[in-house]
Amino acid sequence: MSQLGRRKFLLYSSTGILASLMLKGCASEGGGGDTAADPCAGGANPCAAGDGIKVGILHSLSGTMAISETTVVDAEMMAIDEINAAGGVLGKQIIPVKEDGASDWPTFAEKAAKLIDQDKVVTVFGCWTSASRKAVLPVFEEKKHMLWYPVQYEGQECSNNVFYTGATPNQQIEPAVDWLLENKGKEFFLVGSDYVFPRTANTIIKEQLAAKGGKTVGEDYLPLGDTEVTPIIAKIKAALPNGGVIFNSLNGDSNVSFFKQMQGAGLTPDKYPVMSVSVAEEEVRQIGPEYLKGHYASWNYYQTVETPANNKFVADFKAKYGEDRVTNDPMESAYIMVYLWKQAVEQAGTTDLEPVRAAAVGQSFDAPQGKVEMKPNHHISQTVRLGQVRDDGLFDIVWSTEGTLDPIPWNQYVKETKGFACDWTDPAKGEKYKA
Amino acid sequence: MSTLIEGLFNGFSIGSVLLIAALGLAIVFGLMGVINLAHGELMMLGAYATFVVQNIFKPLGEPWFSLYIIVAIPIAFIVSAIVGLILERGAIRFLYGRPLETLLATWGISLILRQFVRSVNWLLFISIGVFSLLFFGGMELIKRRSDWERIKNKVTALLLVLSGGIAIAFYSILSNNLALTKAWFSTRNVDVTAPAWLRGGTDAFGFQIPYVRLFIIVLTILCLIGVYWFLQRSTWGLKIRAVTQNRTMSSCLGIPTAKVDALTFALGSGLAGIAGCAVSLLGSVGPNTGQNYIIDTFMVVVVGGVGNLLGTILAAMGIGVLNYLIGSGTLALMFTNIKAPQAVLDFFFFFATSSMAKVMVFALIITFLQIKPAGLFPQKGRTAEL
Repeated sequence: MSQLGRRKFLLYSSTGILASLMLKGCASEGGGGDTAADPCAGGANPCAAGDGIKVGILHSLSGTMAISETTVVDAEMMAIDEINAAGGVLGKQIIPVKEDGASDWPTFAEKAAKLIDQDKVVTVFGCWTSASRKAVLPVFEEKKHMLWYPVQYEGQECSNNVFYTGATPNQQIEPAVDWLLENKGKEFFLVGSDYVFPRTANTIIKEQLAAKGGKTVGEDYLPLGDTEVTPIIAKIKAALPNGGVIFNSLNGDSNVSFFKQMQGAGLTPDKYPVMSVSVAEEEVRQIGPEYLKGHYASWNYYQTVETPANNKFVADFKAKYGEDRVTNDPMESAYIMVYLWKQAVEQAGTTDLEPVRAAAVGQSFDAPQGKVEMKPNHHISQTVRLGQVRDDGLFDIVWSTEGTLDPIPWNQYVKETKGFACDWTDPAKGEKYKA
Repeated sequence: MSTLIEGLFNGFSIGSVLLIAALGLAIVFGLMGVINLAHGELMMLGAYATFVVQNIFKPLGEPWFSLYIIVAIPIAFIVSAIVGLILERGAIRFLYGRPLETLLATWGISLILRQFVRSVNWLLFISIGVFSLLFFGGMELIKRRSDWERIKNKVTALLLVLSGGIAIAFYSILSNNLALTKAWFSTRNVDVTAPAWLRGGTDAFGFQIPYVRLFIIVLTILCLIGVYWFLQRSTWGLKIRAVTQNRTMSSCLGIPTAKVDALTFALGSGLAGIAGCAVSLLGSVGPNTGQNYIIDTFMVVVVGGVGNLLGTILAAMGIGVLNYLIGSGTLALMFTNIKAPQAVLDFFFFFATSSMAKVMVFALIITFLQIKPAGLFPQKGRTAEL
């Protein structure tokens, strides 16, 4: 009896393996939602084999972060395809080499080393979470290579080997806090996911509130992915019985529960406006605009920004990936960084690392959000905009800076980094110097 | 007074989510002893079923759309129950009494289900259909031959390769057809919106009670009554209890144990589907939804004591209330009111955040299990050794 069962079991498990192989096959084909187009096909100048420039694309194509990171890959691929269609860089086509970081930070480091050593890419576009960036940082520093990083982050870092095209806190969080203090109230409740970005962000906010006459009435952190927010809502009600501002740096699934249950508990945006720093167009779609309508977000770019460059960007993106897709801030930053790199290579006249690194500083680009410029501290100047969610899930821009704000990677509200700055154009200054 | 009621209500509403999620597992793990790590994924399937029902009802307009959730509950139950039935017949029944293998197999199944939801499209769906038709259909045909027993192994291997090959070929031929390869759900989370009558809340007791929470509490109670009635008052329930208590003897008395196993597992899975439907109103629906609940549900069943519904209820409510009291700082405030020493206050304020409350609850559960390793209501008698 048991003998028979075991045989049958073997058979079934082999069926299972076959089935999972089929599934995996489909995943690698369909999971990313895009396949690298042959760079030599249809280009202006036909290229011989090996006559292209290899760049690495290193994002999570599987795992929890795939949801967000695949959209960034779409934007990077679009920029590369556009550049290739216009004749490439230095007369050569760009060949993207995609690697999957699988939402696992050590894997990111491994794949980064693989891209550099084995594929001999000239630069890497990649990462989303701060954890993955911190994991690949030693690889890029050791090999003196080049990473372009597209997501807003907590700052407190300034590497010679990284170019950051997302916002630093002073280009996203600080203007939002100032605006809230002026328009929405002095009492703040801080909610965040329990990891480095929300914790650093909330440290900054607390210092800023203390300096500007606001008050932090409470703060709480949810473990990543946790969906039980009842205790937090009870705390908010207790701390702010007559309404007040909620500053939200939750990430991922917790946001969905938070907004759904806020509404159920009767915390409406007129009395309890929520300012989020990790909720963009894509997330609004997943949470449902019914729950978010009237709440706020702080970004540099929204799909609704009115510039000719953005109209073209949105139209091209929808034409390429489908009418139902939306564009958001990290995608725009990803799109920008490919072009900034291309301009730097063209100015340097080579893809060698050091000349490109030097040429990248000072490059400016007419981005969908407006003009941006790469600063000596390897971050870009950006326009800051506050948006309010409307019925269709896009944002009404309620406030924006006049021009662009310069990036400040070392935060001026945090004691340890107050007074420090970063400048890679001057060998005497470098990563961190007393300004 | 109203703070106390509010605290209890909030604790119970956390507890009811835990309970509805753990109810199916209490049956599958509690009664059958199957460590089903795919339980969360069965919930996830229920949540996706809710999403599909919602999208079917959307074009129908208002009076109908607000009722979609009523339809979604039985559909979620049926979808998860069918998948559960396939799992039991296809894999788990070969592994009864081998907990480690069951654990690995169900973990593998959970990975497969998650990836299935991410990449399922019409083509994949049809390919799997083609494979099943060829393989199982072929088996049925060949089984009629008189020398079946002798050629069984060779035929199965041959069929497996042939039908697998044909299905893969079919897949690759059609894989350029965009209409067929468009993913149903894709890797992104989808959005389930509660109907208008479930949004907002009532001020009946001097504090806001969200309708969604009330709905989940009522649904949990209904499920409990249903399960109780089924297990205690119906013929099949009697059989299930008999098989749980003594499989061999039940089998001798003519109870079809294999059928009972399949039914019990399907029931547990179906309840997971209902839970999925309920939590889709609170949180996000994505391939990883089930992962958020799996640890909590096991915790509830283990604390409650294996094979006892009352234990599961008490454990869920206890953990829910405790989590709320510690996490929201109510406990810390209570100690402030009775003027407890500063050290005690510091201690409770330190744990009064959501992440730290979890740590404390875990610690308490570990302590509890040291004192009562078999949970609140341990099974007595010989069955306890099984």
